[in-house]
Amino acid sequence: MATVTYKLPPLPYPYDALEPSISKQIMELHHDKHHQTYITNLNKALEASVAATASGNLHDAAAQLPAIRFNGGGHINHSLFWENLSPASSPDAQWSAAPKLQAAINSTWGSLDKFKAAFGSALLGIQGSGWGWLVKEAETNQLRIVTLANQEAVVVGDIPLIGVDMWEHAYYLQYLNGKAAYVDNIWKVINWKTAEARYTESRDDVFKVLKANI
Amino acid sequence: MATTLFRAVPSARAALRVGSVKPAVAALASTSFVRGKATLPDLTSNSSRLLSDDYGALEPYISGKIMELHHKNHHQTYVNGLNSALERIGEATESGNQSKAATLAPLLNFHGGGHINHTLFWENLAPGNKDGGGEPDGALKSAIDRNFGSFKSLQNQVNTALAGIQGSGWAWLVKDKAAGTLQVVTRANQDPVTGNYVPLLGIDAWEHAYYLQYQNRKAEYFSAIWNVINWKTVASRLEKA
Repeated sequence: MATVTYKLPPLPYPYDALEPSISKQIMELHHDKHHQTYITNLNKALEASVAATASGNLHDAAAQLPAIRFNGGGHINHSLFWENLSPASSPDAQWSAAPKLQAAINSTWGSLDKFKAAFGSALLGIQGSGWGWLVKEAETNQLRIVTLANQEAVVVGDIPLIGVDMWEHAYYLQYLNGKAAYVDNIWKVINWKTAEARYTESRDDVFKVLKANI
Repeated sequence: MATTLFRAVPSARAALRVGSVKPAVAALASTSFVRGKATLPDLTSNSSRLLSDDYGALEPYISGKIMELHHKNHHQTYVNGLNSALERIGEATESGNQSKAATLAPLLNFHGGGHINHTLFWENLAPGNKDGGGEPDGALKSAIDRNFGSFKSLQNQVNTALAGIQGSGWAWLVKDKAAGTLQVVTRANQDPVTGNYVPLLGIDAWEHAYYLQYQNRKAEYFSAIWNVINWKTVASRLEKA
């Protein structure tokens, strides 16, 4: 039984393109090292799992599940994250690039500012490493803000629209313990065009970057 | 409230008392000192062998910049969060709102755990030219040899545990009071070591503990930190456990 091998998706903009919100050094380490490590460990775990399954060693296959979940989640989360960021100077970073999502956010939270405040306080309330997401409930199409620990991914029941990485490696070299400033500044580099696309397209399309890098 | 929280961790209680009897430290100058409030322990206490005016004491293994941010900012934030959680729980309890008090428990666990863990951590570190590094001896060495085979094997187990933490957390060498054995355990985020386990040695695996110096090369931090472990502190915690 063969397994696919995942590859690091190229960053969709230069490493320094998100400055001054996110520094070049952070982007280089985050993409080339951290994201690559999740992929490397995911591929190892998938390979071991496939080999164990093929030879009927369920106990060995089951033992790989935490590594698949953690590293697979890390690969999914970071792949979505790079795409939902954009240089501040791009038209994609304008809130007006997401007309349908904009209407839904306004009707859910009242205004963009109120949504940002709710999202920001969810992000700052994470105890430890994790992510905050704006998601669309698959069944009702309702918007919600969720936080997930470590590298848990939005893969059941909800469609991820905008993710913000709250691991310390995502901001520490630039913001140190001042994570509230990171949360403030990330709004300048949110890719609203990507968010709008995820809000309207199929689930498979939301995750297409993963298949495109095998 | 504070005494209830710390009752399960005798060695932490001793360390925390050192901090709490001191007059308000500079970082808390804006808050008047209230009996029973947790305060940031300063690093000049005898047992810690670290000087708060010399955050560079653990260099080159842990940089002065890391130590300063870690102690003055991160630890202080846990202390503030703990005091705020205790106050809000106290208010909820006084007004008979038990369910409100219960919803605040996660904040108490997180910030209280952060205060306990960091307080223990500073004390189980020491500069290489004081008590830091080397190998344990005496009763501690015997206990390690008996439970792990050798000091080297303990180090390997701790390093493997640290590397395996998925997210933020800590690895601890603990004594299991019921079984009488030593064990290596990990805890997520700021969950403190509780129950039958007595913490002997803690190593912080949060990224803020090493990132400015080691970035993604956390294995280098995990091997470097053995050069600044204060085995006297660990031995004395075992003695009291």
